[in-house]
Formats: sequence, C-alpha cells, structure tokens
Amino acid sequence: MARSAVRFVLDGQVIELHDVDPTRTVLQFLREDLGRTGTKEGCAEGDCGACTVVLVEVNRDGDDLSLKAINACIQFLPTIDGKELITVESLSPAGGELHPVQRAMVEQHGSQCGFCTPGFVMSLFALYKSNANPTREEIDDALAGNLCRCTGYRPIIAAAQAMLAATEGEDRSDWLRQPADSVQAPGERLAQLKALAHEDSLEIDHAGRHFFAPTTVDSLAALVLRNPDATLLAGGTDIGLWVTKQHRELETVIYTGRVAELAEMSVSSTHIEIGAAVTFTELMPVIIGQYPGLEELFRRFASPPIRNTATLGGNIANGSPIGDSMAALMVVGASLVLRRGDATRELPLDAFYHDYQVNDLAPGEFLERIRIPVARSAAIVQSQKWSKRFDQDISAVCTAYYLELDGDEVRHFRMACGGLAPIVKRAAHCETALSGQRWTEEAVERACAALQSDFRPISDARAAADIRMLAVQNLLRRFYHETKGDVESTVYTYGRAR
Amino acid sequence: MDAHAKSGAKSARAVGKPLPHDSAHLHVSGRATYTDDILEPKDLLHLAVGMSRKAHAKITGIDLADVLRSPGVVEVCAAADIPGDNNYGAIVADDPVFAEQVVEYVGQPVFAVAATTVDAARKAALKASIEYEELEAILDPLTAVEKQSFVLPSETLVRGDPDKALEDAPHRVKRRVSVGGQDQFYLEGHIAMAIPQEDGGLLVYSSTQHPDEVQAMIAHATSRLAKDIVVICRRMGGAFGGKESQAALIAIIAAIAADKTGGPCKLRLDRDDDMIMTGKRHDFVIDYDVGFDESGRILGIDFELASRCGMSADLSGPVNDRTMFHCDNAYYLENVRIVSHRCKTNTVSNTAFRGFGGPQGMFAIEYVIEDIAGALGKDPLEIRRRNFYGKEERNVTHYRQTIEDNIIDEIVDKLVTSSEYEKRRADIQAFNRRSKVLRRGISLTPVKFGISFTNTLLNQAGALVHVYKDGTVQLNHGGTEMGQGLYIKVAQVVADEFQIGIDRIRNMAADTSRVPNASATAASSGSDMNGKAAQKAAAKIRSRLTEFAARHYSVTEAEVDFSDGSVRIGNRTVDFAELVQLAWANRVSLSATGFYRTPKINYDRSTFSGRPFFYFAYGAAVTEVVVDMLTGENRVLRVDILHDCGDSLNPAVDLGQVEGGYVQGVGWLTTEELWWSDSGELGTHAPSTYKIPTCSDLAPDFRVELMSGSANREDTIYRSKAVGEPPFMLGLSAFHAIRDAIGDSERSAPNLHAPATPEAILRAIVGDGNE
Repeated sequence: MARSAVRFVLDGQVIELHDVDPTRTVLQFLREDLGRTGTKEGCAEGDCGACTVVLVEVNRDGDDLSLKAINACIQFLPTIDGKELITVESLSPAGGELHPVQRAMVEQHGSQCGFCTPGFVMSLFALYKSNANPTREEIDDALAGNLCRCTGYRPIIAAAQAMLAATEGEDRSDWLRQPADSVQAPGERLAQLKALAHEDSLEIDHAGRHFFAPTTVDSLAALVLRNPDATLLAGGTDIGLWVTKQHRELETVIYTGRVAELAEMSVSSTHIEIGAAVTFTELMPVIIGQYPGLEELFRRFASPPIRNTATLGGNIANGSPIGDSMAALMVVGASLVLRRGDATRELPLDAFYHDYQVNDLAPGEFLERIRIPVARSAAIVQSQKWSKRFDQDISAVCTAYYLELDGDEVRHFRMACGGLAPIVKRAAHCETALSGQRWTEEAVERACAALQSDFRPISDARAAADIRMLAVQNLLRRFYHETKGDVESTVYTYGRAR
Repeated sequence: MDAHAKSGAKSARAVGKPLPHDSAHLHVSGRATYTDDILEPKDLLHLAVGMSRKAHAKITGIDLADVLRSPGVVEVCAAADIPGDNNYGAIVADDPVFAEQVVEYVGQPVFAVAATTVDAARKAALKASIEYEELEAILDPLTAVEKQSFVLPSETLVRGDPDKALEDAPHRVKRRVSVGGQDQFYLEGHIAMAIPQEDGGLLVYSSTQHPDEVQAMIAHATSRLAKDIVVICRRMGGAFGGKESQAALIAIIAAIAADKTGGPCKLRLDRDDDMIMTGKRHDFVIDYDVGFDESGRILGIDFELASRCGMSADLSGPVNDRTMFHCDNAYYLENVRIVSHRCKTNTVSNTAFRGFGGPQGMFAIEYVIEDIAGALGKDPLEIRRRNFYGKEERNVTHYRQTIEDNIIDEIVDKLVTSSEYEKRRADIQAFNRRSKVLRRGISLTPVKFGISFTNTLLNQAGALVHVYKDGTVQLNHGGTEMGQGLYIKVAQVVADEFQIGIDRIRNMAADTSRVPNASATAASSGSDMNGKAAQKAAAKIRSRLTEFAARHYSVTEAEVDFSDGSVRIGNRTVDFAELVQLAWANRVSLSATGFYRTPKINYDRSTFSGRPFFYFAYGAAVTEVVVDMLTGENRVLRVDILHDCGDSLNPAVDLGQVEGGYVQGVGWLTTEELWWSDSGELGTHAPSTYKIPTCSDLAPDFRVELMSGSANREDTIYRSKAVGEPPFMLGLSAFHAIRDAIGDSERSAPNLHAPATPEAILRAIVGDGNE
C-alpha cells in the first residue's frame, strides 16, 4: 500500500499534508506555510544552524523514542513523515514560562542579536535531553553546527552548563517524562508516533514531479531499475543544496531513509556491514570502536545536525573529492555491495571512482551496503583532516593511513587522500616507496617525494596547490612522528589535555 | 538643566546593573520579530537580484524574456526603471543600484525580478541572458596602485621629519605585509520590505544601521521627498558595519519594485548572494620602514598603505582615514609619514566593519613592534612599553590631538601580573626547546581606540520619550539595535531618570517618523549619543513634573524627589503613575525630545589635525596559542583580557561586547579568509567555505575582566565608555602569539600574513611569505 499524504506531529497535533512539493524544505514549511518564524534561515546550506529543529522518532525496536537535532533548511518535508517535529516555539508557550534551556540562555546573556539563538536553543535542547553532565568538549561538539557571530560563545557554553545545573537530579535520559511542551502525558507520545510510523510506502506526485519512499530494499531496487535517472535521496545534506542553492528541479526522487534493510548495521568476526542509509551518528561509535585512530576525523566530520541525517552511503555514492569518509575506508580495505534489480556485486571502494563525479554504478544500480573489515590488531590506522577550522569545515586535504610493521620493517602500508585529485584515491607511488622498507625518517622522506607523482593538486578557496602538496607531505611526516611517539597530540587535543 | 544635573547624583537603580538584553526572552523563544518575520501584507511579491558574472565588462545586451516567462514572475526592474538617481552612495555618488552600460564587479546587481514566491524569484533570476564585452579588470590593491586606480585621492599625513629620523636611526627594518579582509557574516542577511502607502507614501522595513540614510537614498532614487518615506527597524540579526551604508541598496531595490508593481515587495538576499553582492572589511597591503634605537624606541617610521576599496568609494574615505589615525595604536610616533591609497578594484565595494579601518592600522604598528623586538632579540612587551604614549609628554598624536585620558600603562601592568605573562613566557620558551612538532607562543597587545565619528557633523543624536497616563514610557531614539544591547542600556538611563522600573519602559523600533535625521548606529557611539539624548528628553519631562508637583502641592521644587518608583513631594509620597496621571489632568506635556551633540571635538580633515575624538577607549589582551609546525594548525589555549568600559552602563552587555569582539577579531586574523579567483569571483561566499569561529575555537581558559574604577574623565553618559568596536582589536594578540610560536633564532620575525590560516602559517614556516 502506498499513500501520498505526509504526516507528522507538531505540538502534539498530527499534521497531514496533501500534494506536498517533495523538495519543499521543513524550514520553508514552517516559515512560509505556517508563519512559524522562530526558526531562522541563516545560510540555507546546513552550515550555520540558525534553522536547527529537533526530530523525534520511534527507535528500531519500536519500544522507545529517540531525538536528534537537524537542519530544517535542507531537510525535505516528506522525509519527516512519521516523526515528531519540535521547534523553538514548542519549548515554551507564548508569554508563558521559559524552558530551562531558554531560561539559562537569558540568565547567562547567551543572546545578543538573537538571530542564531533559536538554533542554539534547539541544539542545547537536544543536549539537555541526552547528556546530563556534558564536558566542555561535548558541549563544543553539540554546538559545532551552530554559528554565533556576536557572543564569542562563552555565555552560551555557560548556559549549557547552567541549564543542567538548574535541573540537577532530574532524569533527563528518559526525556519522555519531560515532554517539550508539557502537554502530553508520558507514553502518549510513543503511542502517537507508533501509530504514524507504519509500513506503508510514500508516493507523491506533485506538478509532474515524483517522490517515492519505499520501505523494503526489494521495492527500492525495482524503483531504481524502473527510474534509472531518478535522484536517490539519503540524508539530503548535499542534495538539499541542489535545491536551495542551485535551484534545480528534481523530477523523480527516491528516498532511501525508510528502507528497513538499508538502516541495518551489523558486526561479524570479519566485517562491519553498514546499510547505505545508516547515519554517521549511528555508525561512528561502531567504526571508532574498531579504529580508534579515526576518532578525530569523525569528530570533525561536519556537525551533529549533519551527522544525524547524512549517511555513509550518501557520502560514498555522492563521491565528492573532498568527502571525508572515503580515504579512511579505502585504506582499511572497505568494499561496496552494489545492487541492480535482484543482482548484487561487490567492489573494492578504491575501484569505485573513475573520475570527477564518475563512478562504477551502472544505470539502475545503487549502493546497498558497505563492508568494512574489522581491525587487525597489528595495524595502525590513522586519518588526518587539514582545514582552516577545527569544526564543521571541509577538508583542504584529508589523509588516511594503514600501517602494519614487522619489527622495523613495513609489511603493509596504504595511504589514501582526499582534496588532492578529482577523486579520493590511494597514493600508489607513495605506498610503493615504503613497501618493504624500514620505517625510518629517510624512507618517509622518499615517500613524501613520491607523493608528487601521485597527486597534482589544484588551487582553490581552501588552499593553494603548492601548500596542499606541502601539507600532505607534512601530514605523512607527522604520522611518522606519531608512530614514533615524538608527538603525543594534535593542537586540538593538546589544548584539551591541559 | 537643573534636573539633568541632579540625575548624576541619584542612586542608580538600573544603570550599572547587569540586566539581560531587553529582547533576550524573545530571542530564546523565537518570538523576536526580525524583518523577515513581520506578518506579510496581502499579495506581497518577493524579489531576487540578477547579478553580473563579470568583474569588468561592457553590457552589450540584456534579454530578460526568459526571466519574465518563468513561473510566478510578475515584473522585472532594471536601471531604466529608476525614476531618480541610480545611486546609493551617500558620500560619493558612484554606487549604481543597477548597472547600466558597465559592470564593475562579479555580483553587481543588474536587474531584479518580482515573483509570487522567493523560490520563483530566485529561479527566474538565473534565466537572464546578459551579453558582455570584457574589459581589463583590476583585482588587487597592488595592481591598482601600479595603475593608479583609486576611488579617492591618496592621502598623506606627516609629523616631524621621518626621512631624517630614518636616516639617522641605528636600526632599520623594512617590510611588506598583507592583512586580509573580513565578511561581516551577520546571521541575518540583508533584507528590506517596501509597502506603498496612500498619496505616494512608502513604508519600508529595513535591516539597517542607518534608517535615515535608507530614507534619503530611497527618496533620491524614487524621486520622492523624505517626508513621504518611513523607514523602520526594530532589530537586526547582526550588522557589524555591514548594514551601515549597504542596506540602502537592498531597500532601494525593494522600493523601486514596489513602485513599479504598485504593491508590497520584499528582498531578502540569499546568503551566497549577500556575501557576493555586499561589501566587507578592507584588505590592506602595508609597506613600512622603521628606524629605532637600541632600546627599541621608534625614531622614525614611514607607512605606505594600500587598501582594497572595491569598485566605489562607499565609506572607504573615512575607513582609510581611521586607519591612518590608528597606525599609532598606543605608541608615540614622533617622526611619521603615512601614505594611504584608496584602491579602486573590480571587486565588491568594501564598507564598514567593526573598527572601521582602525584594526588594519593597529595591525600595521603591532607588526612593526614585533619586528623591532625580533631584530633586537627582546620581548615585544618591552618594546611596547618603551613606545607607549606618555601622560604629560610624548602625549600628542600624529594628528595633533593631546591624549588626556591615557591609562594604557595601568591596564598593561595589571594584566601582566594577573596573566602571569613573564612566567608563562619563560615556560613556553622551555617547552618550545624540547617539543618537536608543537610550539606555543604568547603575546600581549594593547588597544587605544578613538571614540567619535571622525566626520564631526555626524556626532549628534535625537530621542523622543513619551510618558503615558499610566506612568509607562515609550522610548524612541535614533539608535538601532543590532544585538549590541543599545536598547537596554538607553532604557536603563531613562529608567533612572524617572526612577521607575525598567519594566515600565518599552523600547520602540528605530523609526524615521519618530526621530529624524539620525546618524548611523556606528563608530561605537550608540549608547554615548543616544543615552545622552534620551536622558535629556526624560529630564525635560521630569523637570515639568517637578515643576508641576511643586506648584500643585505648594512646595519648593527642591522638595520634589523621584525615587524608587515614587515621588516624594514635601511630606507626601505618590506613585510615579499617580503624579503622571495628575499632571496629565492638569494639562502638562508628557512627551519630549532630547538632542545631544558630542562636545569638544573639532577636526580639520584637510590637514588631518585637531581633535577628532572625544576620548579614547583602552584595553589589552594576552593570548597563548599552540601551533603545529608541520601542519600550521593552531589553537588558542588561554586568553586574559582587561578592558576599559569606563563606568559601565551594563557590565553584562559590555562583557558580551568585549568577549564577542575579541573572538571576532581572532576570526579575522586566523580562519576567516576571503579568496577570489583569477577572474574576480569570490570563492568564499557561504559558511561552507568562509569560516568564522565556532564554539570549539573559544579558548578553554578564557578570562575577561572589565577595568574597574576607570570612570571616563569626559562627561559621557554616567561616565561610561563606548565598547562596540575597541575590543575587536584585542584579537591582534592571537595573531602575534602565533607569530611568536613559529619564530625562533633563525626566524626571528617570520613573514606571516593575515589571516594566519594553516596555509599562511606553513608559508611563513618555510620562508615563503614574501610577497
């Protein structure tokens, strides 16, 4: 059964919308259709957080709810089907008592011009509900997707601490006991959302444009085969910008976010298997658990609202030369399970990209799963991100290394880089230069020289070509020093450690 | 005025208290109304702007047929639709609203399209076909100097005999260094909504720091008179100077479209369009030649400054003047020459941004100080102290203003102690000797910033205070609220004038029909000027009430005393509201205007001499950083700030300005890089590519204090000091801490250009920083 109405909950009421423009954003809906203007547009590309809202959904097991902050500016309206939307207005009645998060922001002088404030309030609300005692680092991370130009952040951090201090002792983990608007009784919300979250697929026809949200991978495969030119939408953190920035009209959109199988993730004795629609927030702990050397990379990957919706499958299939996940996955030997109709095939990730925006997918084929080998104890896996800013920046250069030493000798060395070529790719010459060599400064210097045969970087807004090359060489040098224990931390962890 | 004179002695109930921002409860609940949140009038049309894709070209053809055919489109407007002046430049009329024959930067408006939705308008704007014949484009200041391409004549300011002083100096350093521009990155982009009124009137909601100028420029463009236009701004979602002159462009386009369509029109710029179309902080190339003695004292100095003004003059004249005024920062320059080139480039016209040219001047002299320290192998702090202005001598600036309020030594001494500067500097040197990849650095930089518009006539302000029969107050003044807390500060002043609770006062929107001819809310002058003007207005009413009460109850005026929400009249006490009601019933006027002009200032621009500034604001910061010598990545570890706000009107608001200003200043000098392609396209036009500081960039150890017991020696409002701009320049300490970290015996004064991105730092480390 397919239906065409989009349904979600707002302030306890079920909103049912017919004939929805499938690429209308949640922000447009709130501001333009409802006149609910608390949520702001700062950039319309998911980079400033002024539009942050919170989504509530029933978890996988169907017995509890989870919530996450997202960017309303690039979230298409049909993708919140079956969920609850919480906006800044939801937290306190007009003229009524402020929510503890809001009160803390007032008392700590956390707003100046106030335009970013609703977004901060919503990110803080998500933190409030999920972490009773956050560290400064956790506060920074929770707010990494919100820009404030006025305060310098100190009073906002103070508010994050004060909001929790003010309600100390309350059990925030069971956030159902503290509904945002205090309207609903505990449990009512779960029941209400469960009633909305059914197995039906969603199909929208709007002004000659189509939106499909299938619920099984078989129906997805059939749809993609039938519509080989359709846009496959996962988290939408890039496709959203096609609409808000490039003003493209997407004729047919197939949304992967409701496909049950694509949301699955499992760990066997040999592999981590990640469905293409698993979000970064979900997969980060699993991958970092296997590869602790990737922690800083994933911590610096976009921001929580982006990671809450962006998927690994989307990042890989989108295939940006500056995508941050691919270099690391390449060096650990990840492979992709591609599906076309009923047929699947497996391809190593490092064979997937042919050229800028050209990959190995055949028409009607899509990325179903990512298979990542589990860690081998002898290997050092590390990734580095080089950009102007620590948080929520796009890499000018992103590197990843896989190193297995036999005593002093390099048994396996793999290196892959983003930001240096039209695609993310392995550094073949550099790898050869080190293969079978002793792991010494001299060998690393030869490998650095070999990098010039691997990459011919370009100059752009992120960095000039010559410095990009110097940076990747220095990053390799730094990796060497790290393995030798010459340097214990990056500038980021150094500051934290003190 | 008697009542006015008395107010200073009154026990302050509101002034000096750390009250929250008057809109804080609205900000946090999403119920503060910004221009885009105003309930839209029926049949509102939305606008989008078609922009030039060339940096410099003749327009040989414009075909808007596809734009007009695009779904939802109602109308298009271009230069031919402007009945009056096709210009929004207030100082020099060189800023076309829409390009006519020639485009002069990528992003210059060529036409606007009106459609039924924002989306429809933006989609349609992309469908224009514009034919260009490309002309030679000048894309950087140095090329402009070479080609003598200037928006305004170059200026020179000389004192003493710099040539001789340089020649005789035992030590000399020459250098060229560049400092980047900066996008304001207010979170709320430019926006205006124009609504036609009866009989040719026009109501315009504009996100602007300068409603009066928006009114005037719309009048010129639409062939109206000022009386026919009302411009209103309740609040902006940030401005930082970016909405001082350039808001007029947006508002004029909305007005032109409203006239042509006969209905309400709103223009809200998309973030990318905003960053491409509107101006930023000027980037500079600075050449200097300094001569100094063994002790590090500057004997003579020669500056040549070239700033990127962009395609028009805009505010570049006064911006560059202020750069010249602040090339001294806190240092006495006995023999000095400053040559300032205002370069015309085929890039967006640069404009005001917090500090208004001052930061670049201070960047220049602080760089010099560091280089002297490097050349002599001394701690830069020693060089700074050696060159500070004196109190009784060496106290006249290069523009001949005697500094009467110098407290820089006191601030620096206190900060050196509280920050443990000496000990930490030694610790850092020890750390750097043993650390292979990471290095730390520390720097203390001072700030002395001149307060007043350098154009003397702008130093005036008006206010309008209404007291209603129930004893509550509507407060109007010419200042605009952009987040800086101006409205709460002025309300605190008025509350104390009447001795009533702050909740009895409502802050009204800046509105050209309430307070006419107001200067821009800029130059940090907002609370100084509007505070005084509002105080005077309130004092007039209080004086009338006093006079009435004395007459009515047959007591002397001296026996009438306003205190704590009540008025003591002889032996009786009545509520303020009760007295007001009685005064009304006895036909006493309860509304008054106030007007203020800043005293003492007197400045002759033709000679760059006189007293441009009423007073100076001071501060200092110590920043410690860690830098990765392999990657150039860096991080601020600890910050200690001591800043002078005089007797603060609201220490919470002022602290917010100091903290926020510092962080914004660090952003300017570290992560915020503007990058143009070889064809003049801005490549950093959205937060994805243009990186302002985030939460994690704030130092884990951040200690900010306001200088206590430093009442302004000038008669400012409650002896407070302006605080909007000065703290921005405290961020210089982060830049110099980075420079300190990467310097060593071989690299005593590295060629680090600003912003100090990882890329710039790597260049400096490998010795590739020469321009």
